[in-house]
Amino acid sequence: MALERDKHAAERARLTLGEGELGELYRRMVLIRRFEDKVAEMYSRGKITGFCHLYAGEEGVAVGAIYALYDKDYVVSTYREHGHCLAKGASARSVMAELFGKVTGLSRGHGGSMHLFDQTVRFMGGYAIVGGGLPLAVGLGLSCQYKEEPEVVCCFFGDGALPQGAFHESLNIASLWKLPVIFICENNFYGMGTMVQNAVSQEELYHFAESYKMPGVRVDGQDVLEVYAAVTEAATRAREGDGPSLIEAVTYRYRGHSMSDPAEYRSKREERIWQERDPIKNLRRRMMQANPGAEARLETIDREVSEVIDDAVRFADESPEPGLEELGKYVYSSEQE
Amino acid sequence: MAQITYREALNQALHEELERDERVFIMGEEVGYFGGAFKVTDGLLAIFGEKRVRDTPISELTIVGAGIGAAMGGLKPIVELMTINFGLLAMDQIVNHAAKIHYMFGGHAKVPIVIRAPQGGGHQLGAQHSQSLEAYFLHCPGLRVVIPATPADAKGLLKTAIREDDPVIFLEHESLYGMKGEVPEGEYMIPLGRANVMREGKDVTIVSYSKCVYDALRAAEALENEGVDAEVVDLRTLNPLDINTVVESVRKTGKAIVVYEGWRTGGAGAEIAAQIYEAAFDSLDAPVERVATLDTPMPYNKKLEHAALPSADQIVRAAERLA
Ligand SMILES: Cc1ncc(C[n+]2csc(CCOP(=O)(O)OP(=O)(O)O)c2C)c(N)n1
Ligand SMILES: [Mg+2]
Repeated sequence: MALERDKHAAERARLTLGEGELGELYRRMVLIRRFEDKVAEMYSRGKITGFCHLYAGEEGVAVGAIYALYDKDYVVSTYREHGHCLAKGASARSVMAELFGKVTGLSRGHGGSMHLFDQTVRFMGGYAIVGGGLPLAVGLGLSCQYKEEPEVVCCFFGDGALPQGAFHESLNIASLWKLPVIFICENNFYGMGTMVQNAVSQEELYHFAESYKMPGVRVDGQDVLEVYAAVTEAATRAREGDGPSLIEAVTYRYRGHSMSDPAEYRSKREERIWQERDPIKNLRRRMMQANPGAEARLETIDREVSEVIDDAVRFADESPEPGLEELGKYVYSSEQE
Repeated sequence: MAQITYREALNQALHEELERDERVFIMGEEVGYFGGAFKVTDGLLAIFGEKRVRDTPISELTIVGAGIGAAMGGLKPIVELMTINFGLLAMDQIVNHAAKIHYMFGGHAKVPIVIRAPQGGGHQLGAQHSQSLEAYFLHCPGLRVVIPATPADAKGLLKTAIREDDPVIFLEHESLYGMKGEVPEGEYMIPLGRANVMREGKDVTIVSYSKCVYDALRAAEALENEGVDAEVVDLRTLNPLDINTVVESVRKTGKAIVVYEGWRTGGAGAEIAAQIYEAAFDSLDAPVERVATLDTPMPYNKKLEHAALPSADQIVRAAERLA
């Protein structure tokens, strides 16, 4: 039942999206890229500390997938979630402030880089236990089905989650109960430094879908339109009550696993090859081919994004730290002010 | 008031809450067609249907995780773990997720889930089926731990737990399901964090919870013949912990015995004893005694199992040491 990779999906998606929509995809990807570059800078200046995993290089996956969703659909993610959270619509200010550990951050400085959460855009959290988000996504899917609401859940996780029991249990139950969940595996070929072929017996990860009787497809994660097309199809299916899908998005993280990883386990040549397949350049090239006059618009977007990022940093920097009285709050809901 | 069993009291609480609130549902292994491994959910499937009484595959981690997700999605799930021993497979979701979500997201997310599980030894089920693991949950901030001893408490505390906004670990004792007691009909709720003085006395305080409360009561009777007047306190919930009721009692008696079925080392009783020392050191005539399960895996042999578990006899001897 696994779908063959549809080489024309991206082309079809391009035809259905107008220039304004393509511009929006471009804007979101640039926002994430610039955001992550700025985070790296702030990290090296000591403004951001702790574990911090950047998403640069993988923007096509978050942006393509989330653009295929409705606002009220849910997203569940991992510790590498800045991109998903921004793509879902959280403000750059509140994400940056959280990374700075400020009380104005999404999680009031209690979460940090790995634990963003924004109920208002239905970004249901970044979780730092590999595989931990999948059962939660199953439960959110169950809540949609139970309430007979049309929402779907989009669950992002890495290739490193595939060997976890949580992955297999979750796909089994989601399929058994026909839950509206889209499982998106961001296959960037590495866990921390362990290559996927040294961790998973079936390295073509989408094949696992067959065992759980759901459609499985591998898409080029560096092509935002291909991701968009695949998720659109999976979301329609989920919304119509036909159950979950597994999408393997092949992608690449430009930086090390976290800010402390120099990524010495891979070659510079490999990194260069992937830089040439950059999802942002890819879309930009395509838009320019279709309309050379688009350039001015794209440059405006670049400028606007830079302003948003600068503003976010300023906001985060000027925001207050949480007071010590915040320490014991939120352990139990009854203890809230 | 009706005399019903602990099992029936739980069933009644579930029935009433399912009826009261559309968002409440039960899921777990064998909770539907089988009626629950201990028959606690018996009959509920026929009344409420598969949507609200949902059989699951044997996937503890994901059953609990899905319960957490469903709670975040606005439902009020009750997840039954067949026994707490199998709940160990779900520890990641319980400790790393349920207990953390409210806090690490700055209070913006809530996880109103109840995780029910039978536990305890005494049935010759061997090392992997006889554990009492309340201390594991008590150790973790963010979880409420409810552990009723009587049928009335089973009902009143379960109804309260279901309406809580925080994750609740609700531990039932396998030996208590058949026990009968008076249980109020209809709406009956017991707030969390209120210990129950089951028997008043002036000479020694026996603090306990779950099945050990009955060992404590039996010991108190035996002690009465020896002229020792024991007070028995049932904690009912370990988090929140009503240490004030315990301390008040200890101030009166000057002596305390903590009785619990977890392993002696690092058990809930160790925490209770520590809190007694902190709050009432000056009132104590002697060190706090602990009566608990021996620090071994549970043996199968009946005589050995009996010797490993806490008993009324051991409580009497502890009281004699304190006298
Ligand atoms: C259960 C668990 N085991 C180990 C870790 C440590 N760890 C954090 S990220 C990671 C690699 C995960 O790789 P992958 O799922 O491919 O995600 P990526 O970082 O590539 O996005 C490991 C081993 C963890 N966080 N959780
Ligand atoms: Mg990876």
